[in-house]
Amino acid sequence: MLIKQAPDILSSQITPENLYWNRRSFIRAASGAALGIAGTATFGGTAGDLLAAPQSDLTDLRQSQFSTADAPNSYDEITSYNNFYEFGLQKEDPKRYADELSIEPWSVRVEGHMNKPAANYTLEDILAPHPLEERIYRLRCVEAWSMVVPWVGFPLGDLLKRFEPTSRAKFVKFETLVRPAEFRGQRARNLQYPYVEGLRMDEAMNPLAILSVGLYGKTLLNQNGAPIRLVVPWKYGFKSIKSIVKIEFVEEEPRNTWNIMIPNEYGFYANVNPEVDHPRWSQASERRIGEFFRQRTQMFNGYGYQVASMYDGMDLAERY
Amino acid sequence: MRSAKTLVFCLCLVPALVLVWDSVTGGLSVNPIEDITHRTGDWALRFVMLTLAVTPFRWLSGWNEVIRYRRMLGLFTFWYASLHFSTYIVFDHFFDIRSIADDVIERKYVTAGFLGFVLMLPLAVTSTQGWIRRLGKQWSVLHRLIYVTAVAGVVHFLWLVKLETSEPLVYAAVLSGLFLVRVVRRKLMRAVGHQVSRGKTSATF
Repeated sequence: MLIKQAPDILSSQITPENLYWNRRSFIRAASGAALGIAGTATFGGTAGDLLAAPQSDLTDLRQSQFSTADAPNSYDEITSYNNFYEFGLQKEDPKRYADELSIEPWSVRVEGHMNKPAANYTLEDILAPHPLEERIYRLRCVEAWSMVVPWVGFPLGDLLKRFEPTSRAKFVKFETLVRPAEFRGQRARNLQYPYVEGLRMDEAMNPLAILSVGLYGKTLLNQNGAPIRLVVPWKYGFKSIKSIVKIEFVEEEPRNTWNIMIPNEYGFYANVNPEVDHPRWSQASERRIGEFFRQRTQMFNGYGYQVASMYDGMDLAERY
Repeated sequence: MRSAKTLVFCLCLVPALVLVWDSVTGGLSVNPIEDITHRTGDWALRFVMLTLAVTPFRWLSGWNEVIRYRRMLGLFTFWYASLHFSTYIVFDHFFDIRSIADDVIERKYVTAGFLGFVLMLPLAVTSTQGWIRRLGKQWSVLHRLIYVTAVAGVVHFLWLVKLETSEPLVYAAVLSGLFLVRVVRRKLMRAVGHQVSRGKTSATF
C-alpha cells in the first residue's frame, strides 16, 4: 500500500527561522563564489565547496505548493534505475559508470537572443541568486514506468529572466556535455550527440519547470544528471535533459535528440498523454517503480491544472 | 544415458533457478517485473535456438545421440516462453483481457510474440510418443511450425527495442545461420541424390 505523505508536515516548514538563516548562508556563499572569491572563502563554505563533494547536503530547503503528496521513491531506486545514454543503454549503466565522469569545474554557456552578454557562466554564477526549494514531482518515463522524486532546485524561468531574452527568443535550447573520454555511451555513438532538448518560451517560464541540482536533500549524483539538469514534470522524462552545458535562446523550434533519432515516435512536445499511444506501446497506464500493479497515467502527468492552458487549441495527437 | 538426460534437464533449469534466487535475494533491479519479463524472454529465445541447433549439430558432428535431447530443449523453450507470457498476462496486465487484446492487435511486437507463443501450443501438446505415432508423417510437417515461432520470437525482440538492435540482431544472425545450414545441406543432398540416381557416384552422406 501507498503510504501517503502530506507535504505540509515536513520539518523544515515548521522551522522557518532556521530555514531562513541556512538559506541565507547558502546564498551568501554562492554569491561569494560568483564574485570570483571562491578561493578566498570569507564566510566558511562556498557553493563551490558545497558542490565539490560528491554527496553534500542541501539543507533547509523551501517547500513548494507544487509538491505532490505521493510517496517518493527510495533514494536507491532513484539513483540506480536511470536512462542516461551517455553512460550506456542499460538502466544500471549510469550508476555503474557514473564515476567515470568528472563534473569539476562546470560552466554553462548561455547565448542567443538575449540582452545580457553571451558567455560561459560558472555553475556558481548560475546558482548564486536562487534560493533552493524542494519539489516532489512525479516523473513519467516514455517507456511507461514512473517514479516520484524529491528534487532540489529552482524555477528555470527565474534563471532565464536574468539574461533578459529578447522578443526573438521563442524557444530555449539545452545541450548536455559532450565528453567521449568520460561518457562511454558517446564513445559508442549510441545516439547523436550532443543530446539536445528544448522548450517553448512559455513552457520554460512555467513555474513547474525547474533546474535541479539535487534530490533527497543531497547534491545530484552523476547518474541523475549532475551538476545541473532540467525537470519538466508534465512531459516524458527524456525532455528533462541532464548535465546541461549550454542554454540558448532561439527563434526556431529546435530539433531534440529523440525526435532526430526516431521522428515518428518522439516529437518536440512529448507531453504526458494517456490518449496518445507510443507507436510501440500504450501510454494509458504506467508502472510506478516499487509498486506491483500498473496505474492509470494522468493527462499532463497530473499537472494539467498548471500547464493545460498552454496547449489550448493545439492538436496534441498531431504535436506529440 | 538416463543420468545424462537428468543432467541436461537440471542444466536447463539453472536460468530459472538463478532468476528465483535473484528475486529472493534482491538481485533484480528496482523494476523486477521488467527484469523477469526480459530474462524469461531471453531464455525462451536461447532455447529455441538450441532446439534448432540440435539437428545441424547432429549432421556436423555425426553424434546421433544428441537427437534425444531435442524434445527436452523444445519443451524448455515452451516453458520459458510460458513464464514470459504469464509474466505479461499476470504482472503486466493482471488479466485485463481488454488491454491485452488491444496490445495483441495494435502493437506489432506483441502480435509477433503472441503468434510465436500460440504456434508452440500444438507442438507442446503433440510432443508425446503417442502423438508422434498417431500423426505419423504429419508430425514432422506440423513441427516445422517451430521455424515460424523462432522467426516470430526474433522479430518480436527486434520490434520491441528502440535503437539498441545489436542483441536482437545477434539472434537474427544465429537463426539465419541455422537456416543456412539446412538449406545448404538440402542442396548438397539433392546434388548427391541426383548423381546417385544417375549411377555416377555412390552416396557418401
